[in-house]
Amino acid sequence: MSNFQEMAIARAINAGLRKKMLENPKVLMFGEDVAELGGVFRVTEGLHKEFGDKQIFNTPIAESGIVGTAIGLAMRGYRPVTEMQFDGFIFPAFDQITTQLAKMANRSEGHHKMPVVIRVPYGGGIGAVEHHSESPEAYFAHTAGLRVVSPSNPNDAYWMIQQAIDSDDPVMFFEPKRRYWQKGPVNLDTPPLPLHSARVLHEGNQVTIATYGPMVTVALQAAQIAAEEGVSIEVIDLRSLSPIDFTSIVESVKKTGRLVIASEAPNFVSISSEVAARVAEQAFYHLQAPVLRVGGFDVPYPAAKLEEIFLPDADRILEAVDRVLAY
Amino acid sequence: MSEQDSGNIPMVQFLSPEGEFSVPSQWAEYGEYLKRLTEADYLKFYRDMARIRRFDNEATALQRQGQLGLWIPAIGQEGAQIGSGYGVGRNDHIFPSYREHGVALTHGIDLMSILKMLRGVNHGGWNPDATRFHLYAIVLGSQTLHATGYAMGIKFDGAYATGNADHDQAVICYVGDGATAEGDVSESLLFAAVNQTPQVFFVQNNQWAISSPVASQTRVPLYRRGEGFGVPGIRIDGNDVLASYAVTAKHMDDARNGQGPALIEALTYRIGAHTTSDDPTKYRSNEETERWKARDPIIRLEKFLRNQGVGQGFFDDCAADGDKLAEDIRAQTFALPIPPFENMFKYVYAEPHPLIEEQMAWLTEYEASFEDEAHPSTQLHNVINEEALRDHSAAAENPARDFTQSQVESSGSYYDGIDANGGSNV
Repeated sequence: MSNFQEMAIARAINAGLRKKMLENPKVLMFGEDVAELGGVFRVTEGLHKEFGDKQIFNTPIAESGIVGTAIGLAMRGYRPVTEMQFDGFIFPAFDQITTQLAKMANRSEGHHKMPVVIRVPYGGGIGAVEHHSESPEAYFAHTAGLRVVSPSNPNDAYWMIQQAIDSDDPVMFFEPKRRYWQKGPVNLDTPPLPLHSARVLHEGNQVTIATYGPMVTVALQAAQIAAEEGVSIEVIDLRSLSPIDFTSIVESVKKTGRLVIASEAPNFVSISSEVAARVAEQAFYHLQAPVLRVGGFDVPYPAAKLEEIFLPDADRILEAVDRVLAY
Repeated sequence: MSEQDSGNIPMVQFLSPEGEFSVPSQWAEYGEYLKRLTEADYLKFYRDMARIRRFDNEATALQRQGQLGLWIPAIGQEGAQIGSGYGVGRNDHIFPSYREHGVALTHGIDLMSILKMLRGVNHGGWNPDATRFHLYAIVLGSQTLHATGYAMGIKFDGAYATGNADHDQAVICYVGDGATAEGDVSESLLFAAVNQTPQVFFVQNNQWAISSPVASQTRVPLYRRGEGFGVPGIRIDGNDVLASYAVTAKHMDDARNGQGPALIEALTYRIGAHTTSDDPTKYRSNEETERWKARDPIIRLEKFLRNQGVGQGFFDDCAADGDKLAEDIRAQTFALPIPPFENMFKYVYAEPHPLIEEQMAWLTEYEASFEDEAHPSTQLHNVINEEALRDHSAAAENPARDFTQSQVESSGSYYDGIDANGGSNV
C-alpha cells in the first residue's frame, strides 16, 4: 500500500525539496527572500528553520549573481537549487543561464557537471502587475545544454523537483504559480514517471490536446465539457519541455488523428510550434486535420484587467477542437 | 595622462623600470613576502616571462599563417601574470579571463590546450579540477561570479582559516579593465563582500578595452572599484613581477586565513593588439606604446638580474629555451587533427538526451553515406594542412630559411611578431 498525502503544489515542492536537503547536505536552496519568509509564494516555508543558513539562505537581489554563484558552487560539488522570484525577473540571469550554465559541461568536455536547478514561478492569472505573469520557457527550451520541465499537479511537483535535483544537468523548473494552491494526492513512495516523460491524463479517441503547466487544468475542463457533448478528448500533459516526449504525443495522435496544443505562452516560435512540427514529421498520414495551437496572443503580457481575455480558457480550446473536428 | 595613470596614486613597486630594487617603508608589509623567494625563484620568474613572450610571438605567427583562427596576445602583461600566478597557493583555484597565458604557465597548463582552443579544436579542454586553473571565459566578467560561487563553497566546506596550509584554500579571479564595467563584476564583488569569501580579484588594467581607453570605462581608479561593496583594493605596478608576486601572495594568504576578499589593480599595458583581428594604430599613438615599452616587465627584471651578477649564459639559455618551446608548439599545432564530429554531441549533457542521440545518429548515417570519399570539408582541410606541413618540414631542415621571417624577425627583440603598428589581417 502506497502512502498518499493530500497537499497543494507549493507544499509538494517544499516537501520534495526538504527530502533532498535531508538526504544530501550538498543540496543548497538560495534566492531572494527564500529563507525566513519562505519566498514570496512561501514555497520554501519552514526550510530555513529546519536547515539553517548552511543550506538555505537569502541572496542579494541580483539574479545573474544568483545563477553565476550557483555555477561556481556546482563546480565545487554542491547541488544548488535557486529561486527566481518571478518569471519576468529571470532576464538579468539570462546570460549566465544560456552562455555559462548551459554550456559549461560542453565547454569543459564533461569535466564540469552542472547539477543546478532554477525554480521559476511562471504564468499569469493572478492579477499581478507587469513582469509577474510571463511564460518564458521557450527561450530556455531553445538553449542546448538545459533541461526544462513543468509540473502541473502536486504528485508531479513532489517527484519532479526531486528528479531535477538528482539530475547532473541544469534543469529549469517552471512552477505554475496560479496553481500553487491546487491540492491533490501525493504518492510519497513511488515516483509516477521518469522526469522527461509525458503522461496521458485523460483518455479519449477523437482529438488530442497536448499541454503543460498551468494549462493542464484548463485542458481537463475542456475535455470534461466536450465529454458532456459526446466528444472524446485525450489530454496529454507534456511535463517536460526539453526534451519533449514526442513518442507519447505521436502515439496519441495516431489514435485520434487530430491535435490541438495549448499553452499560456504566445504561439509564435513556441513549445507548441515544436510539437506541431514534430507531429507533422512523424504522424503526417495519421492526421485528419491541420494541427492547431491555442496560446496567448503575441503581445506583451497585458495589464491584469485584460488577462482573462489574453489567457486561453476552455472555450478557446474547444473552439479549436470544433475546428479540427469540422475539417 | 588621465587620472587613471597619474603618479598621485600610491602604487606598490619594488623594481623600477630601470631595474632598481627598493622596498619603500609604506610597502614593508608586502616586502616581507619577497623573503619567501630564493635566487632560483627570481630566475624562474625571468625564464617564464621570457618563455611566455616567445610563446605569444609564435602564436601570433601561427595565426598569421592561418594555423590559428585567432590569437590573443598578452605581451606586456607578463609581469602581472607570472608574478601573481606564483603568488597563488598550491591549493588555490584560479578563474582566468581569456588572456592569462602567463598564469596558465605558472600552473602547469599545457600551452597546447590554449592553442587548440584558438585553432578551433575545442572550447578549452584542460581539466579545471585537476589543474585548479579554470577554463577561459569569453563572456566578459562571467567568470568572476563562478569564482565567487566557488569561494562560497570553500567557505561552506570550512576549507579556509583553519591554519592548516595543506587544507586551506582561496580563489583568485582575473578580470580586465574593460570587463569591470560588466554588471557581473559588480555582482561578484557584492556577493564576495556579503559572504566574506576567501577571494582575490586581480584586475589587469592594460589601459585598453579593444579600442576604448580605461577612462571610458571608469571615472574612479579601478583599485577603488570594490570599496563601495566592501572589498578593499590596492594598486600595484603590474609590470613589476616582484610587486605582483608579493601583493598577490599576501592577499591570497589573507583570504585563505579568513580576512575576506580583496582587489588588486595591476597597472600594465597591452603592448600588442587586443587580438590578431585588431588594429591599434587606429586608436592609440606610437608614442604611448613606446612610453610603455620603456616600462617593460621583462627588461626591468633582466637589468636587475644582471646587476646582481647573473651572466649572459643564463639569458642565452632562456632564449634558447623559448625557441625550443616555439618550435615544439609549432610542430604540435600543425599535427593537431580535426576533431571527430561526435565531439559536438558528446558533452552537451551529462545524462542521455534523446534529441542529441537522434541528431548524432542521423549525422553518423549521413556521413557514412559518402562511403569512400571523405567529406568535402575534410578533404579541403587535409590539402591545406599537407601544404603547411611541407613548408614546416622545409623550414626545419633549413633553419636559415625561416618561413615565418616575414612576420617575425628573430633578432632577439622583446617585441617579436607584435603588430603594435597595425596589421589587421581580416
